[in-house]
Amino acid sequence: MTSVVATNQSILVVGGGIAGMTAALEAAETGKQVVLVEKNPYLGGRTVQLYRYFPKMCHPSCGLEINLRRLKANPRIQVLTMAEVTGISGAKGNYSVNVKLAPRFVNENCTACGECNRVATTEVADAFNYNLGKVKAAYLPSDMAYPQRYVIDPSVIGSAEADTIKAACKYGAIDLDMKEETVTLNAGAIVWATGWQPYDAEKITPYRYGEFKNVITNVEFERLADPHGPTGGKILRPSDGKEAKNIAFIQCAGSRDENHLRHCSRFCCMASLKQTKYVQEAWGDEGKSTIYYIDIRAIDRFEDFYQEVKANPNVCFVKSKVARISEDKNGDPRLWGVNTEGYIRYAEPHDLVVLAVGMEPSVKGVDIPAEVMSDSSGFLMADPVNAGIFGAGCATNALDVNRAVQSATAAALRAVQVVNKVARAEA
Amino acid sequence: MSDMNQQMTAKYKNNFLKEIEEQAEMGDWVKMCMQCGVCSGSCPTNFHPGWDHPPQEIFMLIRAGKRDEVLNSQSMWMCTSCYNCYVRCPRKIPITHIMHGIAEYAYRIGRAPKNQPTLHLSQTFWNNCTKNGRVNEVQLTQTLYFKDGIADGIKKAMAMQAAALGLVKAGRLNPMEALGGGHKCKDIKGIHAMLAKAKELEAKRKGRTA
Ligand SMILES: Cc1cc2nc3c(=O)[nH]c(=O)nc-3n(C[C@H](O)[C@H](O)[C@H](O)COP(=O)(O)OP(=O)(O)OC[C@H]3O[C@@H](n4cnc5c(N)ncnc54)[C@H](O)[C@@H]3O)c2cc1C
Ligand code: SF4
Ligand code: SF4
Ligand code: SF4
Ligand code: SF4
Repeated sequence: MTSVVATNQSILVVGGGIAGMTAALEAAETGKQVVLVEKNPYLGGRTVQLYRYFPKMCHPSCGLEINLRRLKANPRIQVLTMAEVTGISGAKGNYSVNVKLAPRFVNENCTACGECNRVATTEVADAFNYNLGKVKAAYLPSDMAYPQRYVIDPSVIGSAEADTIKAACKYGAIDLDMKEETVTLNAGAIVWATGWQPYDAEKITPYRYGEFKNVITNVEFERLADPHGPTGGKILRPSDGKEAKNIAFIQCAGSRDENHLRHCSRFCCMASLKQTKYVQEAWGDEGKSTIYYIDIRAIDRFEDFYQEVKANPNVCFVKSKVARISEDKNGDPRLWGVNTEGYIRYAEPHDLVVLAVGMEPSVKGVDIPAEVMSDSSGFLMADPVNAGIFGAGCATNALDVNRAVQSATAAALRAVQVVNKVARAEA
Repeated sequence: MSDMNQQMTAKYKNNFLKEIEEQAEMGDWVKMCMQCGVCSGSCPTNFHPGWDHPPQEIFMLIRAGKRDEVLNSQSMWMCTSCYNCYVRCPRKIPITHIMHGIAEYAYRIGRAPKNQPTLHLSQTFWNNCTKNGRVNEVQLTQTLYFKDGIADGIKKAMAMQAAALGLVKAGRLNPMEALGGGHKCKDIKGIHAMLAKAKELEAKRKGRTA
C-alpha cells in the first residue's frame, strides 16, 4: 500500500507540469507540506515534449533540471505519479481527497538499467512521442523522465513475456502483482494545475488530419524536430520518410472558431514562428516555411521574435485562413484558399503541413470533482465559489510557460494563506 | 423603382453598412466578418472568372461603402447556395442567407444587374407560384425554356424529354398544367391577402414606404 502523510495543513497540487511543479516547490519552500499528484508516470507535463522553448530557444530539459534539483532537495514534497484525483469532499481548510493510483509494476528499487526493456518483445504506442512511434512494453517514458523508473505496460501482464521481463531484473524491482489502489488524503487547500491538451485536429474536417499522413499537428512537429524524437531529430514526413523541406503552417487550426474553440490560444502563433527556426536549422536555405494566418499574435515582448522571423527570406507569410487541403498523387498536401492581401487564389503543394492546433483544458471545469467556476471553454476561473481550490497554469487559460509559472506562484501564495489560517485556528 | 433607390440613398447618406444592416435580410451580421478569407477560398464562384466577388470581398466592399460596386455585382445572383462558406465560417456568419438578402435588396430598389439569368428565374418562379398559390411546373419550365426564343426553347425541351416523361410517369408532372389545369390551392384569396400583409409588415419593420 502507498502511504501518504497529509493533514488539513497540507497543500495538494494536482498536475505535475511546469505549473504544478512550480506551485508545489513555491509552497514547500515556504515550509508547507505538499502532495503532488501526477497522472503520467513522470513529471514535467507537456513542456518536456517540446524540442525548444521560445523566446530564447533553450532546451526544456534545462528548466526541468533546475526544478528537479529543487524538488529532490525538498523533503516536504511527496510525489505520486500515475495518480488521478477522483473525488473531493469537505470544505476550504479541510478537504478529503480520493486519489486513484494505477499500477506501474516497477518499484523504487529500479536503477533504470534497462535490462527489462532489452528482453521485452511486445511494442505499444509511444505516448510521449504523441504515438508517432512505438516503444517496448517495458519502457522509460523519456530519457529525461523523473522519476527515472521504468514502467511495464498493463497489456503484457499475465503473459509469459511478463515473467521473462521480471526474470531479467537483477534488482527485484519488478512486482507483477501490483494492483490499482485508491488512497484518501487530507488537504487544507488545493492547487489545480492539470494543464492543457491539443485540440482534436480530426474535428477540423476540411484539413483531413488523420486521413492525409502528411498533415500533422504542431505538438507532433516538436517531436519530429527533437533529437530524442521518433526520427532522431530529422524532419521526415510520415507518409514516405521523404525529407520535408517545404513546410506549411496553418494558424488558428481550431482556435478563434465558433465551430471549434472560441478562444485564441495565444501561444500558437509563437509556436509556429519558433518552428520555422527548426526548419531553418535543419535544412538551411533549402528549408522553406510558409505561415498561413489570420493575424499574427506575438504578444508584447514577443514582437521582436516575430520581426526576426519575418526578416528571414526563407519564411513567407500568407494572410489567409486555408479553406481546405487536398492530396496530390505523390503524397503532397495541397492547400486551397485566397490570399486576402490582393485577393489572390492559391492551390499550393507542400511537403508537409503543420496544423497550429490550439489548447483546451485537459480536464474541463465540469469534470473537476468539486464545485468550481469555469468559462465557456472549460478553463478554471478565479471565483469565490472555488473556495480553497486555486487554478494554475494552462488549466486556467491558454498560456506560455512564462505566464503558466507566474500563475502557479500566485496560486501557491493563495493556498499558503489558506493553510496558514488553518494553522492559526488550531494553535 | 429608382425612387426607392433615391429614397434609400437619401436616408443612409454615405453609410452603406448601416443600409445593408437595416435593409438586407441578415445584413446585421456583416460587421462580424473578420476577413479570414475562408469563405472566399471555399466559394465555387471564386474559381469562376465570370463571377466577380466572393463573399468576403462583398463584406469588405460594404464596409468600405462601395455601394455601386456591391449592388451591381453578379456575385449574389451567382451564389449556388452550396453552403460551403456558411459551414466553414469561424464566426458562424449566415453568409449564404446574406448573399441572398443583398440580392433581394438590390432587386427591390431597382439596382440589380440587367438581364441577370438567376434574377429571371427567381422572378418567374415567384410570379408562377404566387399566382395560383402553387407552382405550375409545366408553365414554369415553358417560360424558362423559351426565354431566349422559340428555337432555343424547343432545343432545350427536346434535350429534357426523357426526364419530363419520367416525371409524368411518376406522377410528379401533370401535362394538364399546360392548359392552366393541374393542382391548385383551396383559398387563393387568403394566400394573396397573407402575402400582402407580409409585405406590409416587412416594409414597416425596415422603415420604408412599400
Ligand atoms: C506546439 C507547442 C509549442 C509550445 N512551445 C512553447 C514555447 O516554446 N515556449 C513557451 O513558453 N510555451 C510553449 N508552449 C506552451 C507550453 O506547452 C505551456 O505553457 C505549458 O505546457 C503549460 O504548463 P502546465 O503545467 O500549465 O500544463 P501541462 O504541461 O499540460 O501540465 C499539466 C500536467 O497535469 C497532468 N494532469 C492532467 N490531468 C490530470 C489529472 N486528472 N490528474 C493528475 N494530473 C493530471 C498532466 O499529465 C501534465 O503533466 C507550447 C505549446 C505547444 C502546443
Ligand atoms: S525494472 Fe529492473 S531491469 Fe528494468 S530498468 Fe529497472 S532495475 Fe533495470
Ligand atoms: S495565437 Fe495565433 S494561431 Fe493561435 S489562436 Fe491566436 S491568432 Fe490563432
Ligand atoms: S469566412 Fe466568415 S469571417 Fe471569414 S471572411 Fe468569410 S464571412 Fe468573414
Ligand atoms: S453558398 Fe454561395 S457564397 Fe457561399 S460558398 Fe456557396 S456559392 Fe459561395
